[in-house]
Amino acid sequence: MTAPTATAPTRRPGRVRGPLLYTVASLGLLVMAAPFLWMALSAFKTKKDLAASPPVWIPSHWTLANFRDLLDQLDMARYFMNSLIVAVLVTVCNLLFCSMLGYALAKLQFTGRSKVFGIVLAALMVPGNLLVLPLYVLMTKLNLIDTYAGLVLPFAAGAFGVFLMRQFMQSIPDELLEAARIDGAGEWYIFWRIVLPLVKPALATLTIFTFLGSWNNFVWPLIATNDPGKYTLPVALATFANDPNRTVGGGNGMLMAGSLLVVLPVLLVFAVLQRHFTQGIATAGLK
Amino acid sequence: MSLVTGSTADSAATGPTKPSKAPVGPMRGSTRGPDRGRRLGRHNLHGWLFSTPFLVLFGVFMLLPIVATLLMSFTDFGARDVTRPFEAEFVGFDNYTRLFDDDVFRTALFNTGYFVVVGVPLTVVLGLLVAVLLNNGIDRARTFFRVGFYAPVVTTIVAVAVVWRFVLDPSDGLVAGLASELGLTAPDFLGSETWAMPSLIAMAVWRNLGTVMVLFIAGLQAIPTEVREAARLDGAGAWQELRRVTVPLLRPTMLYATVITSIGYLNVFEEPFVMTQGGPSNSTMTVSLDMYQEGFNFFHMGYASAMAYVLFVVIMGITVLQLRLLKDNTS
Repeated sequence: MTAPTATAPTRRPGRVRGPLLYTVASLGLLVMAAPFLWMALSAFKTKKDLAASPPVWIPSHWTLANFRDLLDQLDMARYFMNSLIVAVLVTVCNLLFCSMLGYALAKLQFTGRSKVFGIVLAALMVPGNLLVLPLYVLMTKLNLIDTYAGLVLPFAAGAFGVFLMRQFMQSIPDELLEAARIDGAGEWYIFWRIVLPLVKPALATLTIFTFLGSWNNFVWPLIATNDPGKYTLPVALATFANDPNRTVGGGNGMLMAGSLLVVLPVLLVFAVLQRHFTQGIATAGLK
Repeated sequence: MSLVTGSTADSAATGPTKPSKAPVGPMRGSTRGPDRGRRLGRHNLHGWLFSTPFLVLFGVFMLLPIVATLLMSFTDFGARDVTRPFEAEFVGFDNYTRLFDDDVFRTALFNTGYFVVVGVPLTVVLGLLVAVLLNNGIDRARTFFRVGFYAPVVTTIVAVAVVWRFVLDPSDGLVAGLASELGLTAPDFLGSETWAMPSLIAMAVWRNLGTVMVLFIAGLQAIPTEVREAARLDGAGAWQELRRVTVPLLRPTMLYATVITSIGYLNVFEEPFVMTQGGPSNSTMTVSLDMYQEGFNFFHMGYASAMAYVLFVVIMGITVLQLRLLKDNTS
């Protein structure tokens, strides 16, 4: 790719432009990474370093006090478990329900199928702001405020997942499913034993997107929980950040430590599985 | 239930009839065998069985709330009605007319517009530049750079907003430190009516650039290399190539990126909620935040529902306008 053909005027990054472009890209990357670095380093700073003006990048004395205080004062383990339970339940529900409808839309001819697909496309565009007020009323009526069910149900089947699964399942040859039907296999067997194993990469992509979407979700858990015992990590963090009683110096270090604990698992998962993200976006054309 | 003719079933099978999202290729034109109709009876039952879970959840948690919000917006729905929803009083268009006299809401509308008008072009243009840089200028460590630029997208926004609060802190923050090294004094970003909104925009651009970048990289890779080669043979420089070849061919992606970024920014909530709570003196109050506060802090839920619908209509209007404007430009 880099070697230009003999006659074509070279416009490829040459000896001068190549390093320049790398410098620009690296500077850009540094700007993108700066808040993360700042957070990670600040989490290990002492109160004195945190309040230093002008600020210091590297802690003059590394300490774990911020993490200790955070775990003492906030029930982080419980918030972590709440986030984890909700995210796992949301993901399992989505994998099942979205692939079921995806299969029906991709492989089953049924009356009204185009209407159902229309509903899926419409559901992609529904803004959350139109839903939260009556959802809160509904959940109050159903006694589901401060329950896992209340946090999970509104996200149990997303249109994005249906769209993604349908796209992947369309590439499965009809002949394969037809052969299974001739051998006497039922639709559920075909779906469970033949189709799902064939779309494992799509299931992986959907798992990552749904899990992180739930892990990062803020607005609905904020509304659907009053009892701190049911807070998810982002709600607990925001509540702590906006708490006027939070002590100034130490509180800041705790916030950095808390942010690090919330973000670090996400960044690690992303770094390991990043290929699935770009593939998912490219396939479905959606965030 | 009447059997559907083969041709109707075909149109259902060939994919989206509505304008599809940009990267989804053409899926029409596949011909189906004549035996489709015979299988229909058996498939009808299963088709609906497999659709049921989604449709039930959609009906209860989307369709019902959308209708309920509309109904609520014509009532004085308040705190006591949460437990007795059907006793709320009908007030006609009162909530809507009140909105136009509400200074906070007008400020929120203005601020949201500001956020979109400044934030969307910055996000899309920077995303495009980064995508071109990483796709055409960088050969080694591409993945490394992409992951780096995309990382803010996947991280928890609340945690990131908390961090930005300290990055922008006027006394011991990162930006203030850099400014003082250059001999400048940084303003109190989040405490200043002038600077608070630009600060939130900067954070949003930082966070959403990666999404746009990935879309553009996918778009760039769909451009045949022959087109670029031809432009180069004709003596186009890098800038000319970008302006005359790349950007026009990326128009569908650009349209899509602009629309989804606009929708996201029109709904902006977390950034002002965590970083400023709408202050100082409502300078970062956005429509979503105003709606949240009216609905869940003051329990003016009827009034907040009217806000939600005004915002919805604005978003629809702007989306349709963008689709039309950018489509016209293509032809």
